[in-house]
Amino acid sequence: MNFHNIACVYRKELTEWLRDRRTLISTVLVPLLAFPILMVGMVSLSTMLIGKAEKETPKIMVLGGEDSPMVLEKLRAVDNLQIVPTTDDWKQKISEKEIRAAVEIPKNFQASLERNEPETVQIYFYEGEIKSSFGANHVEKFFKDYRDSVIEKRLSARNLPASIIKPFEVKQENVAPPEKVSGAALGGLLGYMVILLSMTGAIYPAIDLTAGEKERGTMETILSSPISRLDLVLGKFFLVLSASLTTAILSIISMGTSFYVVGRSGTMSAKDAAVLQLHIGPATVLSVFLMALPLAVLFAAALLTIALFAKSYKEAQSYLTPMTFVVVIPAVASLLPGIDLTAKLALVPILSTSLVCKEIVAGTFHWNYILLIFLSSCVYAAAAIFVAVKTFQRESVLFRS
Amino acid sequence: MIEARGLSKRFQDKKRGEIRAVDNVTFTCQPGKIYGLLGANGAGKTTTLRMLATILEPTDGTAIVCGYDVVDNPEKVRANVGFLSTATALYPRLSAQELVEYFGRLNGLDEATLKKRVDDIFNRLDMNGFRDRRCDKLSTGMKQKTSIARTLVHDPPVMIFDEPTLGLDVMTARTITSFIRECRDNGKTVIFSTHVMSEVEKLCDTIGIIHDGKLLTEGTLAQLRDKYAEHDLEEIFVKVVGPLHSNSEA
Repeated sequence: MNFHNIACVYRKELTEWLRDRRTLISTVLVPLLAFPILMVGMVSLSTMLIGKAEKETPKIMVLGGEDSPMVLEKLRAVDNLQIVPTTDDWKQKISEKEIRAAVEIPKNFQASLERNEPETVQIYFYEGEIKSSFGANHVEKFFKDYRDSVIEKRLSARNLPASIIKPFEVKQENVAPPEKVSGAALGGLLGYMVILLSMTGAIYPAIDLTAGEKERGTMETILSSPISRLDLVLGKFFLVLSASLTTAILSIISMGTSFYVVGRSGTMSAKDAAVLQLHIGPATVLSVFLMALPLAVLFAAALLTIALFAKSYKEAQSYLTPMTFVVVIPAVASLLPGIDLTAKLALVPILSTSLVCKEIVAGTFHWNYILLIFLSSCVYAAAAIFVAVKTFQRESVLFRS
Repeated sequence: MIEARGLSKRFQDKKRGEIRAVDNVTFTCQPGKIYGLLGANGAGKTTTLRMLATILEPTDGTAIVCGYDVVDNPEKVRANVGFLSTATALYPRLSAQELVEYFGRLNGLDEATLKKRVDDIFNRLDMNGFRDRRCDKLSTGMKQKTSIARTLVHDPPVMIFDEPTLGLDVMTARTITSFIRECRDNGKTVIFSTHVMSEVEKLCDTIGIIHDGKLLTEGTLAQLRDKYAEHDLEEIFVKVVGPLHSNSEA
């Protein structure tokens, strides 16, 4: 192994890489801009749509209630409800979004209330349709307020205090520190993003440095120089690894900044915004990167090897696109509730790293698993580099025609 | 000096089975001489030269280049060889100077020697006008000059040219042929493959005719004319290859 030659190849590949406009777009611009655009775009869009839905006065149909004029009168007096004439096809009208909800008032409702008999008011709506949900909520609020006023009247008629039906309050309060709260909510996402982006960041340079070289005819040029194939593949490998880590680091910076900005922008509720404030210290970020590093090495070496089999850029793309699924599936599996680290899962590449990153961000350090995952990932990474070096020595791959 | 000793290369093809691209080829190229390897397309010229440049490993036999065995010391061989073919393209995003410097460094030149060598070559080949221009912006002629500079930067004693004028216009091809002559005049060992008879007649001191991976005959142009009782090289080539060519076509 000749470090001078490896550094020489690395410097040359870096120079070419930085001069490639496609590289700047895929490695720098996309990760830097994707999160702000997605986050700000999504939050602004959802805020706008929800605000619009909230401002709308929903059209409501009342089924029955002719024998309860007082209730009907109060319902009609509500500002943010528009009572429309009842028709038989009310269900269809809800489904077709012509009205937002319907409320069924039981027969002799008012009389039953006076006799202290229990009754049920039924609200019909379109589940999953936000404007219909808002309409149903408005109606429900009216009837809950009405129920409270009935209770109040009944209690005062009997000279009983309001506390008789509410002897105590029940409240929930978070005691976990903010970093654990945001860690539990976003920890899985951080590990997932680091893993996914370190893979996607490696794809383009891996193709360019192998199939791209074959397509451009420069492979034979470099093979005719005295550099050994080991030094050549290592120089290329370090460049692909650099690209992979650059994409991952830029994406995380961009994601963290986007969460911070959106959380502070006032467009979200204080509770939701607090969750978005990633209280992650440098030690945690470093730990996540340290755990993801052998995985990035594995990706860089594996992608380089696979892309080398291709004769052209297009062929390499068709080989590497399915690789995204190979990475996404275990990474997504780690986000599912109920999947926890076990000794067996600690040996499954990608899934184990994603799971341990989730725990690290949430502030949990299972050192035995961390060590096992790091070591097993290092073994997989070393095996991938070995295969890459061997593949670069195969004439049938280098000169495939 | 180059000594090919029973060089052979077999490939496995899924459809055609085993292919003998080069079959027991033996020849010697002397310093200060040009050896021309003449053959039709698919005769085995490129595979032979790739084995001499250690880009491919022989299946059987070997070759000694500047005292180094191509099988045992491929890196030492490459350090003594300049290899140029139409398949050896340039890195599009490097400038002509960066490219030549890159290959100089890979050949172990220190920075002071490299600078002196690059300046010398760029002056000699009249390349200063485009030394900072990216290779993807160069004309065909400029690209060929840059390729020549790449092969010369480490001043190798052996030069291997694989159909270097293929697809080039007359003026660019002349640059290459005059460069090949210059290499010979400077005492380098030169081997050169082509299927263009006129180039062989003009340039080569020794001619080897290769067909179906086998070296069928070799000698100086005069020796071949005597041996086959023909003056025209094309007629000699047809006489040597013709019967075998009809068989392989059949």
